[in-house]
Parts: sequence; structure tokens; C-alpha cells
Amino acid sequence: MKKLTINKNTKDNIITYGIIIAAYIVMELLINTGHISSLMQGLLVPLCVYVILAVSLNLTVGILGELSLGHAGFMCVGAFAGAFFSKCTQGVIPVDLLRFILAIIIGAVAAGIIGFLIGMPVLRLRGDYLAIVTLAFGEIIKNIINVLYIGKDSSGFHFSLKDSLSLGLGEGGEVIINGAQGITGTPKDATFTIGIILIILTLVIVLNLIHSRDGRAIMSIRDNLIAAESIGINITKYKLMAFSISAALAGMAGVLYAHNLSSLMATPKNFGYNMSIMILVFVVLGGIGNIRGSIISAVILTLLPELLRGLSNYRMLIYSVILIIMMLFNWSPKLINLREKYSFKRLFKKTREVQ
Amino acid sequence: MKKFKKGMSLLLVAAMLTLAGCSSSTNSADNSSSNEPAEAGDAATADGAVFKIGAIGPSTGGAAVYGLAVQNGADLAVKEINAAGGINGTLIEYNFQDDECDNEKSINAYNTLKDWGMQMLVGSTTSGCCIAVAAESANDNLFQITPSGSSVDCISNNDNVFQVCFTDPNQGVGAAQYIGENAVAQKVAVIYDSSDVYSSGIYEKFVQEAANQPFEIVSAEAFTADNKTDFSVQLQKAKDTGAELVFLPIYYTEASLILTQAAAMDYAPKFFGCDGLDGILNVENFDTALAEGVMLLTPFAADAEDDATKAFVSAYQAAYGDTPNQFAADAYDAVYILKAAIEKSGATPDASVSDLCELLKGAMAEISVDGLTGEAMSWDSDGAVNKAPKAMEIVNGNYSLIQ
Repeated sequence: MKKLTINKNTKDNIITYGIIIAAYIVMELLINTGHISSLMQGLLVPLCVYVILAVSLNLTVGILGELSLGHAGFMCVGAFAGAFFSKCTQGVIPVDLLRFILAIIIGAVAAGIIGFLIGMPVLRLRGDYLAIVTLAFGEIIKNIINVLYIGKDSSGFHFSLKDSLSLGLGEGGEVIINGAQGITGTPKDATFTIGIILIILTLVIVLNLIHSRDGRAIMSIRDNLIAAESIGINITKYKLMAFSISAALAGMAGVLYAHNLSSLMATPKNFGYNMSIMILVFVVLGGIGNIRGSIISAVILTLLPELLRGLSNYRMLIYSVILIIMMLFNWSPKLINLREKYSFKRLFKKTREVQ
Repeated sequence: MKKFKKGMSLLLVAAMLTLAGCSSSTNSADNSSSNEPAEAGDAATADGAVFKIGAIGPSTGGAAVYGLAVQNGADLAVKEINAAGGINGTLIEYNFQDDECDNEKSINAYNTLKDWGMQMLVGSTTSGCCIAVAAESANDNLFQITPSGSSVDCISNNDNVFQVCFTDPNQGVGAAQYIGENAVAQKVAVIYDSSDVYSSGIYEKFVQEAANQPFEIVSAEAFTADNKTDFSVQLQKAKDTGAELVFLPIYYTEASLILTQAAAMDYAPKFFGCDGLDGILNVENFDTALAEGVMLLTPFAADAEDDATKAFVSAYQAAYGDTPNQFAADAYDAVYILKAAIEKSGATPDASVSDLCELLKGAMAEISVDGLTGEAMSWDSDGAVNKAPKAMEIVNGNYSLIQ
């Protein structure tokens, strides 16, 4: 029989897709048979959001090798662009799915454009400097959204940066983005199925990019900038490419996030640097450059605070302690040695040798 | 192969953690039920069924003051009701969940409570979270009464949601009318937090109503959550424009800074605030002499002399070692309002969540409750409360009612 040879990368990718599809099937079965708590059911869409964010940030941090602390800012752009579109067209496009797909495209494109614009000046910097500047841009995006007022009436859109009164809306006018109060009444279009489809889409884009010619060029920039430049790789082009794709995917996650909640506000909690760092934690814990690791750590770290709810006031304390333990367990050299010594695979190998 | 190994080890970690997570959560579930042994046990002996009331608020993070107040206020009311034999002989079980003042976490808290079997909700504490949760509870047709979610969006479009506090527009309009009708000042400056729903909501309505009142707004300056420590620019502008009164639709922490900084620059206008200023006398390291003469519209003052407030404050202090603020009083009232509505409708705990909601919705339109935060509180079908605002002035380090 001819031995089926599969490329190592392909095998790796198939495992990643397999995990997602298996998780989806298991969850759908649980939902349909009613064996799932409302808490878990409510967490499914946020889980998809964080998985997409972690995978997309891994593209910048792990593949391009640049530290970005402004990822929540791109998510914010996508969320507001998508929610704004949905809110405006709620009466015009009656088909929820179509409207949501359009919103996702608009959110992703908006975030991608912002990512491109920010990337142009920012990507000239490296290392810590780049991290600080992306942090600043993330905060700028959040703060601009917080002073942005947009209303709609019969004569069209009105913009203001002062307050909703200065919009001067006519009869029947409606304030859509109300500054710090954000957008309320976004249709709840996000579903777990769409979330999973978006995760798979993200994976297809990211994994194919990594294993393509462009991806190898991007990774060569990460590994040695001077060498990459000397063999004629267009550094700016590839950096911008990775950065704006990563931003667009974050924007897509933002649209999903916005359509899962009826009130969307740009608070330091959801779109501030706290969130950016949270996403970075997903990536670092899962392994920089390891896409599957990002998915798993995003799921665990999102579920953990909810599973710890029973501890009431000690919840966030225990969460932090577990985070430290997990980081040590995964990445401390001593523990890695220990783990390899007692790993299952080694045990299996030994038994096989004995046989 | 190395990558695969890495993946495997991660999976193992994942498996371990989920196991750890599960076991800890089951343990804690046991703990939480054993935390309320008296209530649950008594309930079982009473007639086998209990009313399950859930509450949501931030008990961790920056807004924890408000969430903890709601948690304790509602807890106190539940304990009192259970001690007095419950509602129509049925005891109450109470469960509070943390939402970290995050809309998304608030929904998680709501779902956790739903899994626990919540029949009525006291929450969420903050406006943003309340709007997000209200959309979910409207979907489930679950009766919700928010102690302090003051935004109009909390109750509009959701006929299952009721408020204990005033809506933001009512506060803004009320403040403008009070200043105008009592001729407190001619020139008014406003300092507000544009990143806060509560503050900017009041500000907008205040400005709209001010157009109909015999005073003029000479300056309106905003600050945001990111720069709320230095107010010299805003105060200087108010001073330069000759404002006699500074309207502060903000929370007391920032207000205490504003008062201190105004005193440092020899600017002594009249200060006027809303219910967010309640608590200003308890700010640490704040010279309360500076707050002398500050006027505020608030439904509750811990120093009020009526018997109900006195009893509440002493019971609260005995139980939690803290002076209750307006949020605690709102939550305390919310539970008693639920009691009144249940008694009026004759609802029983075995009814489904949706049936219970329909019964309570009907009862809310008929009841009138005397609480800590207002006398003869009644509700429209839209969920907003009708009660008279109380104007307080700080005199000799105490809140006193302006007659």
C-alpha cells in the first residue's frame, strides 16, 4: 500500500482546524441537547472574539516579530464601524445575516485602513519604541471615539466633537454614536456559528500567509532584518502587509463583539490598553508564533475568571496567581526540562523500546 | 515534532486547568450554598420554595464602591425580610455576582445567575452594564429592577425593567429647574465627565432645560476618565467668566478634588451637584470644611433624621462596618419594592420566570412604596420612578434638607 505522505505543515494545520471543528460540533451537540449552562452559552461568542484577536495579534507579534500594544484600538475601530453600519441600515436591510456580513466586511476594512495608516509611520520604529507608539495610538483611537458624536436625520449625517446637542438634529433625528455613551441598540446578530466561521476564516488567512512566499519573507524580517534587506526583500511592504492584515482581523473580531452586546462603549476596560495587554497575554502564554497555542490560551484565560466565580471576592486574586503559575509552567526552563523528562511521549517511547 | 510536543503539553495544561477550574467551581458552589445555610434551610422548612433574587454589580475594580454598596444594601434588606418571615411566608434566597463594571462581564454574571435559578434581578449597578443586561433580560422576560442604572436606555424599549433611581434627564432637568426657580445664581459654570454616561447624560439635559430658565451657562468644561486629577483649567475658566455657581454632575471623588483646587485658587462660588456627590463627606484626607454650603439633589442622606434612615444606617454599620451611601439605600429599597410588588400581585415562587415577570409588571403600576430614597414612589409602565427630588445642603459637616 502506498504510504500517504502529508506535509508536516499541512498536518499541523489540519490538527488546528480539527480542534476548532470538533469544539464546534461538541458545543452544538451540547446546546441542542440542552446540556449546557446559560453562562457557557453566553460565553461562546466572546470566546470566538478573543480567539480571533489572539490569532491576529500573533501575526504581528509572533510572525512579524514586532511588539504591538494597540491591538484593542483596532478592535475598537472595527466594533464601532460595524455597529454604526448596522444601526444605520437596520431599517434598510431587513435580512439580518446579509447586514451582519456587510458589517463584518466594513469593520474589517475600516480597521485595516486605520492599521495601514498607523503602520506607515509606526513601523519605522523597532522593539520597545514601536510598542510604546502602538500603545499611544490605541489610546488615541479610544479617546477619539469617546468624543465623537454622529447623528442622522432627514437631511443626512451630522458630526460633532463637542456634545450631542451641537449636532443640531432636525425632527425625527437620531443620535447614533453618542460620545462616551457609545452606540446603544446594536442588533444582536452575532451567533456561535458565525463566530466559528470567522475563526476558520482567520485561520485560513493567517496560516496560508505564514506558509506562503510572503509569509516566509515576513518571517525573514523577524529573524534578521539586515539579511532580509540585503537579499532584496521589501521590508516596508511586508511589515505593512502583516500589520494591516492583523488589524483587519482584529476589526472583524470587534464587529463580532459589538453585535453580541446591545450597548457598545469605548471604556478603558474593553478597548483600552488593559485589553491590548490581555490579548498579548493570550499570545505569550500560548507561545509566540504558535497559532494553536494562542487559540487554546485565549479559550482558557477567558473561561477561567468565569469558572472561578464561586470564589467571589478572591476570584481576581486567584486568577492572577493561576496566570503566574501557568506562565511558569509553560515557559520556565527548569519546568520545561522537568516536563520533557516526564512527558507522555517519552514514556510511550520507552515502552516501545522495551518491547 | 517540537511544535507538536508543545501543542500536546499545552493541551495537557488545558486539561489540567479545566479540571482544576471545575473542581474549584463545584467546591465554591458548595461553599456559597453553605454560606447561606440559615436562609436556604429555613426556606426548605417553610414551604419548600423560595424566591430567588439575583444582584449584579462591580465588586472588584475601580467602581467597586458602588457594587459593594448594592451588594450589602440588598443583602441587608433580604436578611430583614427573611427574619420577619419572608414575603407572604416565602423566604428569599439572594446571590450577588461581580461584573467588574464591564458590559460583557455583566452578561456573564447575568447568565451565571440564570443558571443558579434567578427569578428576579436587582441590577445592574452601573448604567452601561444595565443597558447590556436589560437587553438579555427582556429576551428572557425576566423581571429586573435596577437600583442605580440611571440612563434612559436602561428602561426604554424594555418593559420588564424598572428603576429605583431617577433617570439622568430627570436629574438634569430637576437641577436646572431648582436653580432657576429658587434664583440660586445668574451665571452658571458646568464641569462634567464627558467619558461617563451618567455625567454627560445629566449635562445634556441640564443645558437643554437651562434655556428655559432665568440663568445663563457661561462655561461648560469637560474632563475624561483619563485626566481626572487636575481641574485648574476648568476652574480658571469658570472663575474668569464670573460664574457664581458651578454645577457638578459628577461623582464625589472628582468633586472633592475640584473643591480642594477651587479653595487653593481662592475661588468660592456656590457648588451644586446631583446624587453622585453623595458620599463626599467620607472621602479620606478631604477637608470637609471645604464642602460647607455645597448643595446637592440626592434621594438619600445617611445623616437624615427620620426613623427609617436611622434604623437602616445603624443596621448597615453594624453588619458591614461602613456608612451606607445612596447606592446601598437604592438597593435596599429595590428589594422592598420587589416585596411590595410580589405581595400586591400575589405571585408564588413556583410560577415560571416569565409569568412572574408579567405579574410583577402589572403590580408595579399599582403599588406605591415609601422607601429610604423617596416617599410614595410609584412607577409608570415605562419603568421610570416618580418621586420628589430632595435638595440637600451641607451645613456644619452634615447633610440637611433644604425646606
